[in-house]
Amino acid sequence: MKDPTVPMSHVATPAVHAASAGASTLPVPPATALHWLRQMHLIREFEVRCMQSYQEKKIGGFCHVYIGQEAIAVGCVAALRPEDPIVLAYRDHGHALARGMTANACMAEMFGRVDGCAKGKGGSMHMFDRPNNLFGGHGIVGAQTPLGAGLAFGTKYEDEVINGGKNSRVTLSFLGDGAVNQGAFSEAMNLSGLFDLPVIFIVENNGYSMGTSIQRGTTMSHDLCIKGRAHGLREATIDGMDVLSVYRDMKELADWCREHSRAAFVNMTCYRFKGHSMSDPRKYRTREEEATHESNDPIINLERALWQAGVFDDAILASILKSVREEVKESIAFASASEVTPDRELYTDVFVEPWGPYPGSSLPAFLGGATNACTFRSTNGKEGLV
Amino acid sequence: MANITLVQAINLALIQEMERNDSIVLLGEDIGVNGGVFRVTEGLQKRFGGARVFDTPLAESGIIGLSIGMAMGGLHPVPEIQFEGFLGPAYDQICSHAARMRSRTRGAFTVPMTIRIPVGGGIHAPELHSDSPEAIYAHTPGLKVVMPSSPYDAKGLLTSCLREPDPVLFFEPKRIYRAIREEVPEDEYTLPLGVARTVCEGSDLTIVSWGASVVQCMQAIEKSEQSIELIDLRTIYPFDMDAVATSVKKTGRCVVVHEAPLTCGFGSEIAARIMERCFLELEAPVQRVAGYDTTMPYYKMELDYLPDSYRVQRAIEDCLAY
Repeated sequence: MKDPTVPMSHVATPAVHAASAGASTLPVPPATALHWLRQMHLIREFEVRCMQSYQEKKIGGFCHVYIGQEAIAVGCVAALRPEDPIVLAYRDHGHALARGMTANACMAEMFGRVDGCAKGKGGSMHMFDRPNNLFGGHGIVGAQTPLGAGLAFGTKYEDEVINGGKNSRVTLSFLGDGAVNQGAFSEAMNLSGLFDLPVIFIVENNGYSMGTSIQRGTTMSHDLCIKGRAHGLREATIDGMDVLSVYRDMKELADWCREHSRAAFVNMTCYRFKGHSMSDPRKYRTREEEATHESNDPIINLERALWQAGVFDDAILASILKSVREEVKESIAFASASEVTPDRELYTDVFVEPWGPYPGSSLPAFLGGATNACTFRSTNGKEGLV
Repeated sequence: MANITLVQAINLALIQEMERNDSIVLLGEDIGVNGGVFRVTEGLQKRFGGARVFDTPLAESGIIGLSIGMAMGGLHPVPEIQFEGFLGPAYDQICSHAARMRSRTRGAFTVPMTIRIPVGGGIHAPELHSDSPEAIYAHTPGLKVVMPSSPYDAKGLLTSCLREPDPVLFFEPKRIYRAIREEVPEDEYTLPLGVARTVCEGSDLTIVSWGASVVQCMQAIEKSEQSIELIDLRTIYPFDMDAVATSVKKTGRCVVVHEAPLTCGFGSEIAARIMERCFLELEAPVQRVAGYDTTMPYYKMELDYLPDSYRVQRAIEDCLAY
């Protein structure tokens, strides 16, 4: 049985909240806050250039940008240890960059080039970074949430059963507010509550599941945490437009989940400034509503706090902007110069053996047993497959 | 007659059948206010109201399960699954329940439901947004599987589906949603399920195909000097084997073309049936031109994966030279 005395509602730590308090102190060292500001600017710049490259047809397929939600990825990653796993959905460039993926690897993936983080075979929705414990962007709404529970099971098992110690890691499993309604997420929450898994489900609640507002698509949207409460998860509602709040509240929560090996549900309130994807006409919301939310820009909010703390000026801002522009510009040059994923890669990574070691079976035949030779013409202007 | 796209033809079929039959109800992710991501249901919520055309949460299992219940209760729901890859979460409802309800209840309950699904590659989308899973559903007894290749066929076939007493998966090839226009009668008409269309007649070789691949086959035929017959299956299940066998008995040679991976693609079934029915008339082994046995790649490699007219031409040459 769980300890009924553990408070279910999240209580913030009493650290000074610079933006709201107008105080001259920040809850974190100025260098840390400035680092976060640079990360948020990097994500913003990266996304702006992605949109531009999409319009120039250098990026194809789908492109879901993170503009407006940067504080969440940056604040959440800062609240973690590097060994803590992260798994997320398809609006994933920001988390990847915040977790330490290079802009080069990220942009090359967007461009479908072989130096991308998934060899250019996945694109926008498939940001994977094993060294940084980023277990991927995933394209099916809600399908990644049980994976978060499984990752947490794995770390806990390793710590407690294999190594005979105490649980030392916590998994972050991000999802959008639309995914709350998928059956897989209910199953994931039940499993996590049942097995006391150290996982935090972070609902990045930007108010819209594609074109359907949360009020039109989700029950109890005024009290979203009730979804987690139903499964015995600890809960928190956090202002996702303020990186200082995100860090403060997530740090406290992550430490608690790590310490007690328990699961939690976070309603991370936010707003995506752009459309769901690049082909979204945004008929479901007004330009006035967008303008209201854009005036609550997470980057401006942090800059204001830094100004008020007296650790920021125009020269620092200019230098940050210059450095992120250069980094993203370099990533576009890198991606453009990287080789288009060669067509022989079509058949790799299906199984562990690239071409199959099974003579006599259907596997080694690249044609899958077809008698007609496939043409291997070179659409990429490169050599053929065989 | 109107010169319209496949998207417009589907929209028109929905309007006409909804006006004719009050029990048709449309549901799906963003199909109402937004008119669907491909704008197939554009204007329908305004025309028929929010009770008949409504947005659902992102919950494919729930969407199909809800539709099954609605259908068992007497309605004809038309759920949209936004991309064919999103059928995954709904697979259990479709294959374990919708497909088997008539059999399970010995005919006491049926599931008259038309699931509309944008399908296939060619729009620069990655995996789960470019797949061709028709064979999986054709393999499930109790489901009818339809895939048109032209605006005229789309309108006639969808109208038939909306009058079907059993569940149908209506796959809409997104690659040709707007790529081709055709004269389509504005009056209602139906095309029977299970009947193939002979796109062009020929005597040297038969091509069997469906969906967007039909367009690639037509391009290959235009470039070929041989006399080639093209059969568009239109309904994957139940399929018109008589049309295929009659043609192959005439030509003695056959190439099957589809986007789905080769192994256990529906071309395998066609090839096996030709063996059974046309063995003595065959001049060459049946050739298959298909996607590879791999996950659909991202857009830069998409054209390497998808069968195109060039690959079809090569198969024609190989088959004729055998």
